[in-house]
Amino acid sequence: MSAITPNDVAHLARLARLELTADELDHYAAQLDVIVSSVARVSEVAADDVPPTSHPLPLVNVTRPDVARPGLGAADALAGAPAVEDDRFRVPRILDQD
Amino acid sequence: MSASTASTKPTSTVPFDEALTRYEPVLGLEVHVELGTESKMFCACPTAFGAEPNTQVCPVCLALPGTLPVINSAAVESIIRMGLALNCTIVEWCRMARKNYFYPDMPKNYQISQYDEPICVDGYLDVVVPLPDGEGTTTVRVGIERVHLEEDTGKLTHAGGATGRIHGADYSLVDYNRAGIPLVEIVTKPITDTGALAPAVAKAYVAELRDIMRGLGVSDVKMEEGSLRCDANVSLNRPGDEWGTRTETKNVNSLRSVERAVRSEIERQAGVLDTGGRITQETRHFHEDTGVTTPGRSKEQAEDYRYFPEPDLVPIAPDAAWVEQLRATIPEQPSIRRARLAQDWGIGAFEMESLVNAGVLQLVETSVEEGVEPDAARKWWAGELLRVANERGVEPQDLPVAPGDIKRVEELIAAGTINDKLARSVFDGIISGEGDADAVVAARGLTVVSDDSALLAAIEQALADQPDVAEKIRGGKVAAAGAIVGAVMKATRGQADAGKVRTLLLDHLGVAEA
Amino acid sequence: MPTSPIDADLIRQSATVLAAAIAAGEVSSREVVQAHLDRIGEVDEAVHAFLHVTAHEALETADTVDAKRAAGDPLGPLAGVPLALKDVLAMRGVPTTCGSRILEGWRPPYDATVVERLRDADVVILGKTNMDEFAMGSSTEHSAFGPTRNPWDLDRIPGGSGGGSAAAVAAFEAPLAIGTDTGGSIRQPAAVTGTVGVKPTYGGVSRYGLVALASSLDQAGPCARTVLDAAHLHAVIAGHDPRDSTSIDAAVPDVIAAAQRADVRGMRVGLVRQLDGEGYAPGVRQRFAEAVEILTHLGAEIVEVDCPHFEYALGAYYLILPSEASSNLARFDGMRYGLRSGDGSDASVESVMSATREAGFGAEVKRRIMLGTYALSSGYYDAYYGQAQKVRTLIRRDFDAAFDKADVLISPTAPTTAFRLGEKLDDPLAMYLNDIATIPVNLAGNAAMSLPIGLSPDDGLPVGLQIMAPAMADDRLYLAGAAVEGALYDRWGHLLIEEAPAL
Repeated sequence: MSAITPNDVAHLARLARLELTADELDHYAAQLDVIVSSVARVSEVAADDVPPTSHPLPLVNVTRPDVARPGLGAADALAGAPAVEDDRFRVPRILDQD
Repeated sequence: MSASTASTKPTSTVPFDEALTRYEPVLGLEVHVELGTESKMFCACPTAFGAEPNTQVCPVCLALPGTLPVINSAAVESIIRMGLALNCTIVEWCRMARKNYFYPDMPKNYQISQYDEPICVDGYLDVVVPLPDGEGTTTVRVGIERVHLEEDTGKLTHAGGATGRIHGADYSLVDYNRAGIPLVEIVTKPITDTGALAPAVAKAYVAELRDIMRGLGVSDVKMEEGSLRCDANVSLNRPGDEWGTRTETKNVNSLRSVERAVRSEIERQAGVLDTGGRITQETRHFHEDTGVTTPGRSKEQAEDYRYFPEPDLVPIAPDAAWVEQLRATIPEQPSIRRARLAQDWGIGAFEMESLVNAGVLQLVETSVEEGVEPDAARKWWAGELLRVANERGVEPQDLPVAPGDIKRVEELIAAGTINDKLARSVFDGIISGEGDADAVVAARGLTVVSDDSALLAAIEQALADQPDVAEKIRGGKVAAAGAIVGAVMKATRGQADAGKVRTLLLDHLGVAEA
Repeated sequence: MPTSPIDADLIRQSATVLAAAIAAGEVSSREVVQAHLDRIGEVDEAVHAFLHVTAHEALETADTVDAKRAAGDPLGPLAGVPLALKDVLAMRGVPTTCGSRILEGWRPPYDATVVERLRDADVVILGKTNMDEFAMGSSTEHSAFGPTRNPWDLDRIPGGSGGGSAAAVAAFEAPLAIGTDTGGSIRQPAAVTGTVGVKPTYGGVSRYGLVALASSLDQAGPCARTVLDAAHLHAVIAGHDPRDSTSIDAAVPDVIAAAQRADVRGMRVGLVRQLDGEGYAPGVRQRFAEAVEILTHLGAEIVEVDCPHFEYALGAYYLILPSEASSNLARFDGMRYGLRSGDGSDASVESVMSATREAGFGAEVKRRIMLGTYALSSGYYDAYYGQAQKVRTLIRRDFDAAFDKADVLISPTAPTTAFRLGEKLDDPLAMYLNDIATIPVNLAGNAAMSLPIGLSPDDGLPVGLQIMAPAMADDRLYLAGAAVEGALYDRWGHLLIEEAPAL
């Protein structure tokens, strides 16, 4: 496994929306490198034929009936919001159009 | 002073027909259908369109910390029916997955969707595509790659800029009413070998999907309201070459836009390729007003969505017996049904399309099933009854006119008791609640005047009133008879049979038919 | 075990005794609650178990219970008894921080299901307890609001991530607490504070309202000073919840009856070879060996079991947890609630999200978010997250095989006793090793308990015994745990916690 570089950390930070300082990039790179080397041990296990476990319990088909119920009113919904305008959540300028 | 060397002029497009002489288009269509369930995909919030902002939200769809999703059973049923209608295989077992990316219209900053385990796979749809210049139709089989379940995002409005669009906006406002409404995504396999028909195929495919969804009752599929959305992927390649780089065009908000967007993108890509340029893999935005696409976010560096199975939900394993029960509820595919009925009724595609556009196809079909002659059913439903419905501002199916009424009216016409014109009054009476056809005829005195002596009296009166016309007819100008017939019709308030009046008139004057 | 009438020191009583006394009218809930609020006032500046005390609401609830009692209304088994709630659970109108600056001041508009059930049972919630930020940690040193201190030695950690809940119970600030356990966050604090902590079977307690760390591993569970108290609390909070798709739709095992029976005769008890040995402090191993002897003495049959894939558990865990957490914590972006940083004329949504998360999250959280982002990224998924999920299957199979040979499995809960504050902060890996014995159970989804079995001869600090049961067999934990607890009580004449130094 190749080492984790500060560049890698910068990429991860971007994906995860974390504005790290230059010091942090170095610091975390070293730490993450150690951790990844350690956890990478899992690849030593021969597991080609082993099915992955995504849920510890064998439950299937858990659903709810299609019945509508009122939720929060707008006031409660917006109560914790950092910025509100016109009963909507106000968010900063979006640069990237979807 | 050096002249500017860099050309910033955009490459020109190539006219469509010309582009098709050099390139083959490959299409991929992704259609999103917003389901018409009562509640959202993962919570019990109401889904009604047009509510005040942020009034149809709860801790779950706002993604407040600690909340969890629970799958809406009706959404699962709907998507299975949709998959069956598209001839898909319904899988035995599948999971939802998280699609991770940050965007303010998506409260969790991941979307619960399906990744490598869609619930419906490997189907097809036979689409009837009109050929250009009214040359008839051809059927194209569009392969369906997958149909999967996911959730919709909130709605953004952009403030502060000039156009209300995202570019140049100072900030944005989010309404999460729409966040979490169930969405079904239908992805086609690559559509090849359509040549110049590509835009028409795209449009016909989306139109057919829309009809199917309406027939299933799973969505109101209104493109203008966003409950049916289409993204069009287009690439071009020279014959024999591998497929080219594709672009994805969004904001295609009507059937006509589907066709125009595909056409415009073909023209643009041909222009780029002709000059030796490279197609950028990107998302493009279609503009209704100009009919062209412009670049959006570049997809050169594809977003890493870091999909993994949704741990807050357990797998979906549709019971095979239940799937078969649902299969029995799937109506006949609309285009196939239309073709069958058109053949049964002896009408062409154009007339069938008129019936569909008028929204009276089902009414005609039901009437025919009840014994009304197809021609009569069509005449009345697409004619007078449609007119009355529009006048009253209601849907034709809401008129209190039963197939039996039409049958009786036709019988009365055939018997000569009433004529077409009188029949309209009969329908008016039925719709106004005055009773059935016979009752209305009696009450309003709508029978055709069949008594010859009464007609002759009216004829003689009309001749007396128009002596110069009488002269003309006697002189051999048979065409002038029309004026007399008209006068008699007026005198009898339309309750005479015009043909009979004319015959009697000519007889009376001893003039032979020309 | 004492079942005698209440004596003067209300805060030293078990929940069971308090509840009985309240129901019998010997003492009012208000008196009980006030006594605990006073205790918090006395000691919490030093211990720092609580982030927020809801004194007013608590006394109101107490008064309601007293009124019900006076009116002759039926009261549940824990009515009027005070409880401390880990700050990772949503409580309507009460600040819920998860130990993080990013949620500072946020008041949820809804109650977690666990909280609803506590309220329905007339339990009195005293306040929210301190924790490692977003439950990531083994020492509560990663709280944004300062660490909690171990009541046995205020220079030492109380364990984590639920150090606040365990310390509150150990310091007699509350007889009951709710914790959450993703890799040992209830059990390890219980072990190092000399208290009882249980991680129920995954799905046994609703996660609705439990701010998610790793969705497939998290469980809320009871913290107490006695096994019977924990059983009562377990029974109140457990059960199916239609708002949690992963919750078990089946009857809760009768944990109270099991705790009362306290009988291990004929029970096969498995010693897990991989969960003892070199990595474990000598003092811990000694007390553990003595616990094994006690079980033998009580009539249990000791067998050895081999769980070869347990040595990969730590690796699998530190791939699965960060992956799920990186996704679960994406919602904290300053748009809808909580902290917003960096807004201004130049700001974009991207920059504000990034600045907010940088300012709002601590180092351990950032580390794990990036680790998870890495493990899930394209090209790495198969080798990391994908592989870890397979190892998880193998660990489940190891447990299945072990439970063929044994009714319960045991091990020391933690490899060491409470270490000093600051001792492991610079070495994340060393910190992770604290969970080496507790993690396998979370990966497999079955149930486990930690109870105190003595003080380490090396440093006089508490040592915990971990008991593990198959999924849905939580009652076996209480059966065995109460038996061991009873034997030790007989030997010492008191609960171990009574030996904690005065604060």
